[in-house]
Amino acid sequence: MSSLKNKHLLGLQNISENDIQLLIDTGFMFREVLDRPIKKVPSLTGKNIVNLFFENSTRTRISFELAEKRLSADVTNFSASSSSLNKGEGLKDTIQNIHAMKMDCVVMRHPSPGSCLQLSNYVDSIIINAGDGTHEHPTQALLDMMSLQERFNELKGLKVAIVGDIIHSRVALSNIYGLKIMGAEVMLCGPLHLIPKGIENLGVEVNSNIDDVMQWADAINVLRIQRERMGIGIIPSIREYRNVFGITQERLDRSKRAIVILHPGPMNRGVEIDSSVADGEQAIILDQVLNGVAIRMSILYLLLGAEEDK
Amino acid sequence: MISQIKGSFLLKNGFVYDPISNNKEIADILIENGIIKSVGKCKYSKTTKQIDCKNKIISHGFIDLHAHFREPGREDKETLASGADAAFSGGFTRVCVMPNTSPPLDSPESIHFILEKALNVPIKIFPIGAITKGQKGLEMAEIGEMVNAGAVAISDDGLPLQNGQIMRYAIEYAKNYDIPVINHAEDIHLRNNGVMHEGVLSTQLGLPGNPDISESVMVHRDLEIAAFTKGKIHIPHVSTSKSVDLIRNYKKKGVAVTAEVTPHHLALTDANLSSYNTNAKVAPPLRTDNDRRALIEGLKDGTIDCIATDHAPHTIEEKEMDFLHSPCGMIGLESAFGLVHTILTDAKISSEQIIQWMTSGAAKVMGWELKPFAVNSLAEISIIDPNLQWKFSEQHIKSRSKNSPMVGMEFTGKVVMTILGEHVFQDSSIIS
Repeated sequence: MSSLKNKHLLGLQNISENDIQLLIDTGFMFREVLDRPIKKVPSLTGKNIVNLFFENSTRTRISFELAEKRLSADVTNFSASSSSLNKGEGLKDTIQNIHAMKMDCVVMRHPSPGSCLQLSNYVDSIIINAGDGTHEHPTQALLDMMSLQERFNELKGLKVAIVGDIIHSRVALSNIYGLKIMGAEVMLCGPLHLIPKGIENLGVEVNSNIDDVMQWADAINVLRIQRERMGIGIIPSIREYRNVFGITQERLDRSKRAIVILHPGPMNRGVEIDSSVADGEQAIILDQVLNGVAIRMSILYLLLGAEEDK
Repeated sequence: MISQIKGSFLLKNGFVYDPISNNKEIADILIENGIIKSVGKCKYSKTTKQIDCKNKIISHGFIDLHAHFREPGREDKETLASGADAAFSGGFTRVCVMPNTSPPLDSPESIHFILEKALNVPIKIFPIGAITKGQKGLEMAEIGEMVNAGAVAISDDGLPLQNGQIMRYAIEYAKNYDIPVINHAEDIHLRNNGVMHEGVLSTQLGLPGNPDISESVMVHRDLEIAAFTKGKIHIPHVSTSKSVDLIRNYKKKGVAVTAEVTPHHLALTDANLSSYNTNAKVAPPLRTDNDRRALIEGLKDGTIDCIATDHAPHTIEEKEMDFLHSPCGMIGLESAFGLVHTILTDAKISSEQIIQWMTSGAAKVMGWELKPFAVNSLAEISIIDPNLQWKFSEQHIKSRSKNSPMVGMEFTGKVVMTILGEHVFQDSSIIS
């Protein structure tokens, strides 16, 4: 087994097609492990991993923790208070603490874009980006791609739409980078003021008509609409958003294509996605959750474990 | 090395350049106790110390209209003394300091404080007073009293003046004192939470963007107010092509507007942020190469009058914070000449022209009359080696802060000596 070209997983912008494919293939290998009665392998015995979360995240943190424990790593969880972060103290203190703790790997979520790259300049540990502000969320995009491959067998030529608040979404950006590298076609759909400037330069198309997009897409990745963005003039109302961009049962029924539905969670049922769609046969949202653990095992294994096999 | 030289010394065989008259000659300059005694073929005794200035340009000391010396309040970042040393070692003999200190310079007392503190530094410091009380943008400060105390302009720099009516009052009121009103031109609502130029790169980096229109919209407003009131404005740190076009048009119409550009906006672009370098985080943000080139064109056709550093010291701890929290600003006094000389000579601009933008151009904005090399006047001189190749490093930084993305850059052209009266800065290359 060969390991990855990059030491860290900071994002999917500068990663090769081969490495993404290797991560996904290894993810499927670990999926089999997860189907066994005893779901634990000794690959990372003796490795110290800290999950450093400067933002609330239940799903991603639990998914990482589970992946780490199933690889037999020693796990430390650290959640920073938002008050120290507001003073901007977070990153520097983090750097010093990690130096002192001699961690093999840091899984970090931080509200500031670029923070994982900054951290990697200061410490020797392997850094895995678990979401850096509005920049990237590479493990989410990898699990999305793994789930798409599971359903469609390959990503090349696949038509994937990402729907929602693109400008504030790290999930969207990582998916765009990853899917384009893997040869998929990507279309973005959302309120036009929430589509970032120059995004077309990344090789994606923009179409703000959800019904058109649903005639085109093989799969739709539905982004969560942050409720805190409602009512401050960014999104007029839940009603209007649902009517214009919501993945409703009626829209899905109307579409001639059997579109596969993804959602990174947590969902606002009845806002960006109807409950019946989320729970319906076309949704692979729970597969994403399971694949999330498998792909994170794959990432950890390839970054930390495979080096010993060399 | 900064020291005081009493007695006499001779600057020998220099290329003496007067940026006011544009006169150039190979000449000697004799200085005695800080006073220029003769220029041309000087008579001097055998014991007079001679400094070989062959192939070096001797000109007027540089003038910076825009620096933050952080005193009072943030002396950990800079003091008037450390800022003065930084300026002097960069060839500057006059620096205007911005009032966004803590507390801000918004009263005659605070102007007096600066002037008294600045008595013993090697440069001349000119305080700029706040436009509004506490720089809150609500009520005019005691502009007249501050001018009488020694303020040379007014500005709420760092905090864009949003209220157009206050801006109008300030411009009209300031006409009585013939001082420029300097507004940090930025619509804070359009800026929103932007931390870098909004464009393809900000999208790729996932960083909130600050669009170029946040500047040009405000520049346009200020130009309209200046035209309407027939008052005088100076636009600091112009960063966008759109602003250059606007200023050009209003200048043609005869509006009393002047403008400055920083060395970093002339030399760097948003690409310098591609690895989240907080030392390159600055307000207004580094823009595109198209903007950068428009700024050079603006200088060349006279739309922009001068180069000003916007020297903005911040501590290492602050610049080591994450990108969103790290404060805006970079130091610039020590690297200013090397950087602009390297960039602008590359763009086929002469050293003399560059010197004008750092001396006479700035003086004109302030209405100062310069008489370079006048016999029996106080020596105020910069000596430049236009061919010296050097690498800018931390050892060149005299500022208390080190926040410069220029560290490690290679420059052509260096200030090797600065003289103001008996105060002298000598670079190691000229001492040997």
